[in-house]
Amino acid sequence: MEFSTAAGTVRAVDGVSWSVGAGETLALVGESGCGKSVTALSIMRLLARPAGRITGGRVLFGGRDLLALPEGEMRAIRGRDVAMIFQEPMTSLNPVLTIGAQLAEPLTIHLGMNEVEARARSIELLGLVGISDAERRLGQYPHQFSGGMRQRVMIAIGLACNPKVIIADEPTTALDVTIQAQILELMKDLSRRLGITLVLITHNLGIVARYADKLAVMYAGRVVEDGPAEQVFRAPRHPYTAGLLRSVPRLDHPRRQALETIEGLPPNLLRPPSGCRFAPRCAARIPTCDRDPPLRTVAPGRRAACHRAEDMPAALPTTPAPPREARRRPQPGAARLLQVRGLTKHFMVPARGLLGRKAVVRAAEDVSFSIGRGETLGLVGESGCGKTTVGRLVLRLEEPTQGEILFDGQNIAAASEREMRTLRTRIQVIFQDPYSSLNPRMTIGDTICEPLIHRLRMSRAAARERCAALLRQVGLPAEMAGRYPHQMSGGQRQRVGIARALAMEPEFIVCDEAVSALDVSVQGQIINLLAELQAELGLSYLFIAHDLAVVRHLSQRVVVMYLGRVMETAERDALYGAPLHPYTRALLDAAPVPDPEVERARAPRALSGELPSPLAPPSGCVFRTRCPMAVAECAATVPPLREVRPGHLAACIRI
Amino acid sequence: MLSYLARRIALMVPTLLGVALITFFMLRVVPGDIVEMKLRSDGGYVTQELIATERARLGLDRPLVTQFAEWMQGLVTLDLGTSMWTGRPVAEEIGTRFGLTLQVSVMAAIISVLIAIPLGTLSAIFRDTWVDYLVRVFTIAGLAVPAFWLGMLIILGLLALFHWSPPVTYTPFWQSPLENLSQLIWPALAVGYRYAAVVARMVRSSIIEVMKEDYIRTARAKGVFERLVVMRHAMRNALLPAITVAGLEFAFLIGGLVVTEQVFNLNGIGRLFVEAVSRSDFILIQALVMLLALVFVTMNLVIDMLYGVLDPRVRHG
Repeated sequence: MEFSTAAGTVRAVDGVSWSVGAGETLALVGESGCGKSVTALSIMRLLARPAGRITGGRVLFGGRDLLALPEGEMRAIRGRDVAMIFQEPMTSLNPVLTIGAQLAEPLTIHLGMNEVEARARSIELLGLVGISDAERRLGQYPHQFSGGMRQRVMIAIGLACNPKVIIADEPTTALDVTIQAQILELMKDLSRRLGITLVLITHNLGIVARYADKLAVMYAGRVVEDGPAEQVFRAPRHPYTAGLLRSVPRLDHPRRQALETIEGLPPNLLRPPSGCRFAPRCAARIPTCDRDPPLRTVAPGRRAACHRAEDMPAALPTTPAPPREARRRPQPGAARLLQVRGLTKHFMVPARGLLGRKAVVRAAEDVSFSIGRGETLGLVGESGCGKTTVGRLVLRLEEPTQGEILFDGQNIAAASEREMRTLRTRIQVIFQDPYSSLNPRMTIGDTICEPLIHRLRMSRAAARERCAALLRQVGLPAEMAGRYPHQMSGGQRQRVGIARALAMEPEFIVCDEAVSALDVSVQGQIINLLAELQAELGLSYLFIAHDLAVVRHLSQRVVVMYLGRVMETAERDALYGAPLHPYTRALLDAAPVPDPEVERARAPRALSGELPSPLAPPSGCVFRTRCPMAVAECAATVPPLREVRPGHLAACIRI
Repeated sequence: MLSYLARRIALMVPTLLGVALITFFMLRVVPGDIVEMKLRSDGGYVTQELIATERARLGLDRPLVTQFAEWMQGLVTLDLGTSMWTGRPVAEEIGTRFGLTLQVSVMAAIISVLIAIPLGTLSAIFRDTWVDYLVRVFTIAGLAVPAFWLGMLIILGLLALFHWSPPVTYTPFWQSPLENLSQLIWPALAVGYRYAAVVARMVRSSIIEVMKEDYIRTARAKGVFERLVVMRHAMRNALLPAITVAGLEFAFLIGGLVVTEQVFNLNGIGRLFVEAVSRSDFILIQALVMLLALVFVTMNLVIDMLYGVLDPRVRHG
C-alpha cells in the first residue's frame, strides 16, 4: 500500500499480513503513523484517492479477494458483510440527516427493506446498543446526542445488516474512560452474542488486554509481532512490543521512580531505513539487524519480525532507569506555594429567544486545594468536570466568580494588571496540543526568545544563548532553534512547549493534559523529562489530566473532580490504594490495565449512564445519578468535602 | 423561532438608520446643486433671487437637522417625498420601475443557481479532469467579464446572427409573457453569468471540502451508492455556504443592473439611479439607497432563515 505525497511516495503499509477467525477479536496495535488505520481502510477500499494506492497484496474474506472485486461488488460488501466504526463519533455522522435516516440507509440499500421495515429494525438496533426511547431518538439529529451516544449509533449502523466482521478504528479514543468502558463492553458483548469477528484498532494496551483474543503489533508500516494476546503480553518476542509494555505507566504495578522508555522516534517512511526498522531504537541491537528480519513463526501461533525473537524478552536489558536522587519529600502543610479556596466559576450562556432565561454553567463550584513547593498536584476527571477551567483560573485566563487563589501569599484572583505581569513570569503553562499552541510562522528560537527579549529585556545575543541552553535542558539539540513547528514531531514540539514555559524561570507550571496527545513511547519520555526538571529546578506542577495512571506516576497529591466539584482529594498512595469516593472507584475500575490476566480477574463494572448536562446538574450530590451507592438522601443536600481519614477528604455521605 | 425572527427584524432598524444617516449627510457634502442645475439647464440667465425662492420651495434652506428629521418622519409614515426634479412622488417613480428590475434580478438568480449547482458539483467530483478544467475556465471568465460588455455582445450577437434585436418597450409579464421574456431574458443572462460563476465556484470548493468529511467516509463504509453519497450526504452540507454567497450576490445583482440597464435601454431602477445622481436629486437618491439597503438586510435575514431550515444545528441551537 503506497501513498503519494508532495514529498515522495510513502509506503504506509508494507507487507502486512494477519488473519482473524470467525467470532474472534483481533487487536491491531501501534503508535500513530504505524499504518494501522491505513490497513483498515485498505481492507474496505476506502482510501482517499488518488493519493492512496494499493500496490500489492490480497485481502481474503471468506475465500474472496476483496482487492480484486469490481467496485460495485465491493460496495455491496461494505456495510453488509464488513462494517466499520470510526474514531471520531462527533464528526462521523452526517449533521443534517436524522439518526433514523442514517440508520435506515444500509437496511434499504443492502436488505431492500421498505420504510416501515427499516424503521422497525432501527428501533430494535437502538435498543440493542442501549439507547432508550428509540422511537423519539430516530427523529433527532446527531448534535442532540452526546459523544458516547453517537458512538452507540455508529455501532448500531455497523450492526444493521448483521455483518460478519466489524472493524473498529480507535472507537473509544475520543471518549471518556467510563464511557469508553461502556462502549467496549457493549461491542464485546454483541460480538460474542452475534458471533461477529471484531478487528479492534487501538493504541491503548489496556483495551487490548481486556478485550482481544489475538494481537498484531505494527511498527513503521509493518507487523512486527502477532499471536494470542495473553502470550504476547506475558512474553513479548519483539523488543518494540516489550518496550511499549514497559513504557506505559500502570495502575496495577508499584510506582517506579522513572518510566522506562523507548528512546528516539519512529523512522520517516518517506525514507525507510534499510534493515530492521526498529534497530535504531532497539536496546538489543546486534550487527545482524542490518538485514531486514522477516516475520517468521517463533512458536506455535506466534510470529515475530526480529532476529533475536527466541531470546526475547530476556535479551532486552531491563534498564532500571537511573533512580532519581531521593528528593526531599515536601512536607504537607509546609511552604504552601499555591492555595485555592472556594474557587467558583460560572459561565453565563446567552438566553434563547427574547424572553428566555439566561442559563448558568457551573464549571467549577467551591474548589479548594493547595500545592506545596516542589510538589505536584494531579487534577483528574472526565471531560466537562471543570479541571481545565480550574487551570485557566489559576493562570487568570478567566476571572473567577468567587473564591481566592493565593500564590505565595498573593491573591491572583484580585491582582491588578501590573501585579499579574510579574506573577505571569512565575507561573507558566504547558498546553495539550503542542502543534496549535506554537505559532506556525515563528521559528522555535523566536518563540522561546520572545519573552526573554520583551519581558526580561535580554539582548538578542543573550536570549539566543539562553534559548540554546533551554533546548538542551529539554533534550533537544540547540540547532533546532532555527526550525518551524511543522518540521518537528509531536514529542519534540511538546519539548519546545516545555522549554518555552521554562524560559521565564517559573516556580510553578500548569500542565493542562500536557502528555495526552502523545504516543505511548514518547509520552514516557516527556513524563520523565517533567519529573527530572522538577527535581532539578524545584518546580511545582498542577498536573491536569484524564489518564489516572499518568497522574499517579507524577503526582504527590491528587484531586478528583466531577461536574465542577471536588469529589475526593488525598495523598497519591492513599487515593489509589484505598479510594473512598464511589466515583474515584468507578474511574479506577473503568481504566483497563495492560495485562490480560489481571483484566480477566476483574469484574467489568462499567459505570452506567451519561454525564449530566452541566446546565442542569442533579440536585444534591452531582454524582448521584450514576452512583451505585446512591440513596434518596443524596438528592437532598450537596455533600461537604470532609476529612474521612487524616489528609484524605471525600464528598460523599455514604462513606 | 418566532422570537428570533422578531429580534432579527428589530435589529434591522439600527442598520438601516446608520445607512440613512451616512447617505443623507454624504449627499450634502458632495458638490452639485439641483436648483442651479435645474434652472440653468436651458442656458438662460437666472437671478439669485429666483434660485433662493426655488431653494425655499424645495426646503433646502432649512437646517440640515430639520431636513433629516423630516425625511425620517416621512420614512416612518412610508412617505418617501417627491422628486426634486420631476416633482412626482418618489414612491411612484420607483414603483413603476421596480417590477422590471426585480423581474430581471430574480430571473438572473434562478437561471444562475440552476446552472451553478450542477456545474459546481460536477467540477468538484471530477476534480482535476477535463470536466473540472472546462468549468473552471467558464467560471473564471464569468468573474472577469463585465456584465455591460457581455450585454453589448449579446445585443450585437443577436443582431448579427438573427438580424433581430430585443424589443425596447417594456411589456408587463402578465400582459404578454413571451413579449416580456424576449426583452428581459437577455439582460438577465448578462448579469446572471457572473452570479452563476461566483456560486459555481463556491459550490465546487465547498463540495470538495465536504467530501473530505468523516461522515462521507461513514456513508461509503455503509455501502451507499456513490451517487447517493454526493446527492444526499454531501450536497446538503455543501449548499449551506453556497447559500450565503448566493444571497449576498443577489443583493449585488440589483446594484450591477445600474449599468446593464443602460445597455439594454431598460427603464428600471438602475437607470433611475443614474438619472437621479446626474441631477443631484437628493430625495430620490436617498430613497433608492434606502431601498437597496433594505434589499440587502432582508436578503441576509432570508439566508439566515434558510440556514435554519437546512441545518438542524442552527434550528435547535
